[in-house]
Amino acid sequence: MLDPVLIVNAIVSGLLLGCLYAIASMGLAVSFGMLDVVNIAHPAMMVLASFVIAGLCSQSGLDPLLTALLVAPAFGFLGVGLYRVYHHFFEQSGDEAMQGLAFFFGLMILIEVSLVLIYGADQRWVETSYGGHTLSLGPVDLPLRMLLPAMMSLACIGALFVWLRRSFTGRAVAAVAQDRDALRFLAINPIRIKAVAFGISVALAAIAAGCLIVVQPVDAHSGHVFIGRILAIVILAGLGSLPGTLVAALLFGVIENLAATLWGPAWSPAVAFGLLLAVLTVRPQGIFGGAHT
Amino acid sequence: MNREMTRRSFGLLATAAVASFAGKKSLAQPASGEPIRIGFSTPLSGGLAGNGRSALLAQQVWGDDINARGGLLGRPVKLVYYDDQSNGASVPGIYTKLLDVDKVDLVISSYGTALIAPAMPVIVRHGMAFISLLGSGTNEMFKYGRAANISPVGRKMNEDFAKGFFEVAKALDPAPTTVAIAGLDSDFSNRAMESARTQAKLRGIKVVYDRAYPPSTVDFSPIVRAIQSATPDLVFFASYPPDSVGLLKAVRELKLTAKMLGGGMVGPQVTAIKAQLGAQLNNLVCWDVYAPEPTMDFAGTTAFLDRYRAVAEAKGAETLGLYAPPLAYAQMQVLEQAVTRAGSLDQAAIGAELHRDSFPTIIGELRFDETGEWVEERNVYVQYQGIVGNDLQQFKKPGVQVILYPPQYKSGVLRPGFPAA
Repeated sequence: MLDPVLIVNAIVSGLLLGCLYAIASMGLAVSFGMLDVVNIAHPAMMVLASFVIAGLCSQSGLDPLLTALLVAPAFGFLGVGLYRVYHHFFEQSGDEAMQGLAFFFGLMILIEVSLVLIYGADQRWVETSYGGHTLSLGPVDLPLRMLLPAMMSLACIGALFVWLRRSFTGRAVAAVAQDRDALRFLAINPIRIKAVAFGISVALAAIAAGCLIVVQPVDAHSGHVFIGRILAIVILAGLGSLPGTLVAALLFGVIENLAATLWGPAWSPAVAFGLLLAVLTVRPQGIFGGAHT
Repeated sequence: MNREMTRRSFGLLATAAVASFAGKKSLAQPASGEPIRIGFSTPLSGGLAGNGRSALLAQQVWGDDINARGGLLGRPVKLVYYDDQSNGASVPGIYTKLLDVDKVDLVISSYGTALIAPAMPVIVRHGMAFISLLGSGTNEMFKYGRAANISPVGRKMNEDFAKGFFEVAKALDPAPTTVAIAGLDSDFSNRAMESARTQAKLRGIKVVYDRAYPPSTVDFSPIVRAIQSATPDLVFFASYPPDSVGLLKAVRELKLTAKMLGGGMVGPQVTAIKAQLGAQLNNLVCWDVYAPEPTMDFAGTTAFLDRYRAVAEAKGAETLGLYAPPLAYAQMQVLEQAVTRAGSLDQAAIGAELHRDSFPTIIGELRFDETGEWVEERNVYVQYQGIVGNDLQQFKKPGVQVILYPPQYKSGVLRPGFPAA
């Protein structure tokens, strides 16, 4: 007979895991879903930021979640510059489909190889004061290693939603996803807006990096674990839907952990990706496809 | 001429080898002539790079040693290697290039089963003698007669690998009656888990949890919770480095307890993970290949580790060097001795020498059966004891990784229970 405590714990730990997936996916949801830039180097950028955060934390003793907030603007500017390069060489000439994809694939390899050459092949990690501690609410265990990154993830995603809805630039980003030419009628340069949005997506990768390095150690190739998942989450949500990305990420986490508990961990990816196939069969546009922020 | 000189001076070379470990100057003539080129692929990037890079450093230390001792067959030795990026698909192409384009004289393997097996068809087709590093049953299907494997798992990994873990558990009072088995869905881990099932069945121990997890697993808490609800006496994990850390973190956070916990975990052997987990490793009973205990202090081991660590410190690589490096150095020693005994670079003669006699190395005397596996398995099970904090220096000293199995290397007694009190 199934133990209800196990099931409840699986759901709760799945939600915490889903929050990590959500912050990792949100940047790609902005670049891929809203800007139509298939940045498959996004997980590699997340790992790059994890290395930077680990280095800064070991020097300064700062908390990795706080450090992630501090380095996010720098990564944002990096993202703006990267988009300018991408736009100049690929998007402007209409070669972004395959050549743009190859550009980001190459960037991913470049980041991984550079990390190995600079930092070596060993894992990087940050020791936190709350690592190993667990908050127990009755029979439900909440490891702080998962809980605090989850809270950080939700706070940043919430701030992103507010910014997109309330600020002029945020609404321009949402608008550029729907009709970039229409922005010109408002005297807004869509390329500048897209550069800002891409910068935000890379900044989100840096925030996700802070969460990741708290959850687990990383090595140069840790991004591989996330590529399939975050692409699946963005597609499951429906391209361009940021609230949908949050819901899909939480769903992914819960299903993975429930499957692991009920049928064994080997079934986790099969069940989660099976859900993706089932949803796409019924709703090719994804669960929230068509809805924009 | 070189051939005759080498035969006559075999004893002298062996003496010189020992002398070089002691830091004395070589007695041999300087190497001369065209270098003997030894080709191999190795993971310098990708998931296995940590072990690949440290193994390469050990192989380079051997290269320096042998050239200082007068070379191989009187000729200098040159290592020719390419990064296989931990990707098995790259390996056949690399060995084809090494043999057909670079025309190397000798070949050795990359690190681990996943990177050794893809090389085998190329090696067999070219009839090369082949000494592999830390494979598990890679020659089972090929049954190639010119192969030797530097791995303590032995010929019957599926049966023997976990034997030490269960032998150690016999010391528990009361005797354990249940075991939980969980491991990564990969060749090595699957074999380790199969061995745990076999050993449990042989001893009448009931398996109460038995699951494999995929390599992409991020959250290990569902596995640990399920094990917790099954309340096993023993917990046997068969994991790789990233998941070993994830599992042990989840064990700590969810307060899983057992009479004995550990198993075939790959990870705690590596410097970075020792530094990361520190005192959390206390009482873990874990598979290993070598531990710096007095019972495993073979001729040349300490001298090698001193030299390796000096190089590794300078290059920022795996600094303790207790896992792959001693085996990689032994791999080269076996190659050196096989070539020297054959007296030439004739691959059939070298292949025959691999199975003829035993090989004294820095990890002890090795003898290979007809499939190239060790005649006797030597899966070492250590228990981490008395670790304080995360200082790496303590792992260089005896008494921290206490050997509990095999009996001939036993260096301490089991401390029951996990986590440590």
